Amino acid sequence: MINRRSTLKSMALGAVSTLAIAAVGISYAQAENKELKIGFVGVTSGPAAAWGTSNVRSMQTRAAWINETGGVKIGNDTYNINIVTFDDQKDPKRAIAGMEKMAQEGVHYVVGPNVDDGAAAVRPVAEANGIIYFPYAFPKALYQKPASNAVLGMIANYQSGPAIYKYLKENKGVKKIAFVAANESDPLSQRDSGVEAAKALGLEVVAQNDTYQNDTRDFTPVLTPIVALKPDLLVLSGVAPANAPLLIRAARELGYEGLISTETAQDAKVLEEGAGEYANGFISVGGASTPEIASDAMKEFVARYTKMFGEYNDESNTKVYALEYIIETLKANPAAINDVAEFKKTMDTFTAPNPFLKGDAKLSYVGTTSFGQKRQLSVPMVVNEYKDGAFQTLFVGSVD
Amino acid sequence: MEQVIANGLYLGAQYALIALGLTLIFALMNVLNFAHGQMYVLGGFITYTVYGQLGLPFVVALLASGITLAVIGALMEKFLFRTVIRRSHREESTMLLAAATAFFFDAVILLLFGEKQRGVPKIVKGVFNDVGIIMPYDRIVVGALAIVFIAAFVLYMQYSRVGRAMRALAQDRVAAQLMGVRVDRYSMIGFAMGAMLAGIVGGLLVTITGVNSGIGGPISIKAFLMVMIGGAGVVGGAIAGGFILGMMESVGLTVLREYGDVTYLVIFAALMVFLSVRPNGLMGKPWG
Repeated sequence: MINRRSTLKSMALGAVSTLAIAAVGISYAQAENKELKIGFVGVTSGPAAAWGTSNVRSMQTRAAWINETGGVKIGNDTYNINIVTFDDQKDPKRAIAGMEKMAQEGVHYVVGPNVDDGAAAVRPVAEANGIIYFPYAFPKALYQKPASNAVLGMIANYQSGPAIYKYLKENKGVKKIAFVAANESDPLSQRDSGVEAAKALGLEVVAQNDTYQNDTRDFTPVLTPIVALKPDLLVLSGVAPANAPLLIRAARELGYEGLISTETAQDAKVLEEGAGEYANGFISVGGASTPEIASDAMKEFVARYTKMFGEYNDESNTKVYALEYIIETLKANPAAINDVAEFKKTMDTFTAPNPFLKGDAKLSYVGTTSFGQKRQLSVPMVVNEYKDGAFQTLFVGSVD
Repeated sequence: MEQVIANGLYLGAQYALIALGLTLIFALMNVLNFAHGQMYVLGGFITYTVYGQLGLPFVVALLASGITLAVIGALMEKFLFRTVIRRSHREESTMLLAAATAFFFDAVILLLFGEKQRGVPKIVKGVFNDVGIIMPYDRIVVGALAIVFIAAFVLYMQYSRVGRAMRALAQDRVAAQLMGVRVDRYSMIGFAMGAMLAGIVGGLLVTITGVNSGIGGPISIKAFLMVMIGGAGVVGGAIAGGFILGMMESVGLTVLREYGDVTYLVIFAALMVFLSVRPNGLMGKPWG
């Protein structure tokens, strides 16, 4: 007998069955693609969270984009990208734990760590477990033989610094230069190589020992004696994006009228909010998002990132590249999926179109001049000048 | 030298205001609030949202920061610290709870406000440049406001009924209770005031130094430093500690600049020697 209760029961059963069939269908569709795990070990919490967060969000944005469009075909198989993340809290011990976790999960390609000591600490783990990693750290020993598993993910300051100083010397008449750095290994080593490069160009270094605690909030006392020396160029060596606007603002408020630059990537919104018009003319090294050079794919990446996380981070103009290089290299040699020796072989000859730049730019591995082997991603060395809330391309260089 | 002194005084005023809330909570409840820096950060982000993003007047934003943090502080005292103090026989339990809330706030702030450094438009434009001193007007305003807040707080604690009750609590909790002071109520008010001060100073300083989700820990450490110099639980000590630290920082960064980043090394070494001579800090005992 059909009554109201049995009708409702039948409808409920029908709905559950439909959902179950749909779920099976979806999981079957997902199961068609294999999974390619790519790791991230870097800092996504604490004062330096911005560095790693822009890394991991770039990877997640690109992976979601690839997965949404059917995955990536490597050899005869199609893969969905799964980003496995680990926050090392900028602590080398945790970075080691993170790399061990990647090894346990069978990950062979890891982006990060973000700082020198973390990148150095994970080297034995990476080499013992067949992991290629892409640090955003500059010590040459990581990339020179006998090291072979680390690939520098960006332009090093000892590559961009001389180019910037030379440009400013020739085009803006810079003669006197001053350096200020946070009292941490990365900024200090960047300062030292910057001083060396400036001296090699014949510039007068008027300040090179001034440092600050990375958690400094008020830079007026730090900059008061430096501004009094009236340098033509003030270099903020290895400055964290959070500190750059505070340093710029303090310098300008103290009456400094010269140029200010850094060799690290910065974010235009952060500069606008923190320093306003004081930041106009600030020179930094960026990636591929300025309108002059960004391709449609780069614009779509920025749009997808913004949609996914609410706000874009200009540091990702450089950090968009690491995952792309990993995938494209694996596409070039599918045997490298579980064998990093194959990956290394491919690096020497690898080349592919650069999807993020206009024109016929190529992805390739570089670093022969700096490291004696190809252990660096070729990303465009775009030297930017900040102006009224956006970056403008000052000049574009390259590394061999 | 005038500039160095001006820098030190300005730093001192803001440091003193940061340390006040921490020392108040310690005086009343014997709790080292490790989340003080995170409360400062939250106050900064609230002002950033209300003033910088919604475009409402700065005063409204500052009020929003103070009130929100006061409510959070009151809730923390009522539902977390009061319970732990009542049930635990070990003082470390409140320290662990405070550390846990600090981590919790860190994570929540990162989730809510993201990883970027944030800043707001200047509240006053222009720079004072005379008698050998360069000082932006907004710093002068913030420094003056900090001194006004400190004075108002001291007067309130000295002359109001609530202030007297809290001072009694700080002097002797049991005796205050026997005299009819409602310990739970005034502990909650005290915790709320401490949190409110952190929120207000965070809101004030976001106009000068901006704010980001990772600075809570370092702010707390600096506040502890000031409290240790002045004497834990003593309002006058926190103020003195703030000004001493500000002046040491300003002088050190100028005089010792040629030797690299040794200013804080010297400050910490001096603090170790100082504490070995005066382990209770400058003023040494709870206020009365």
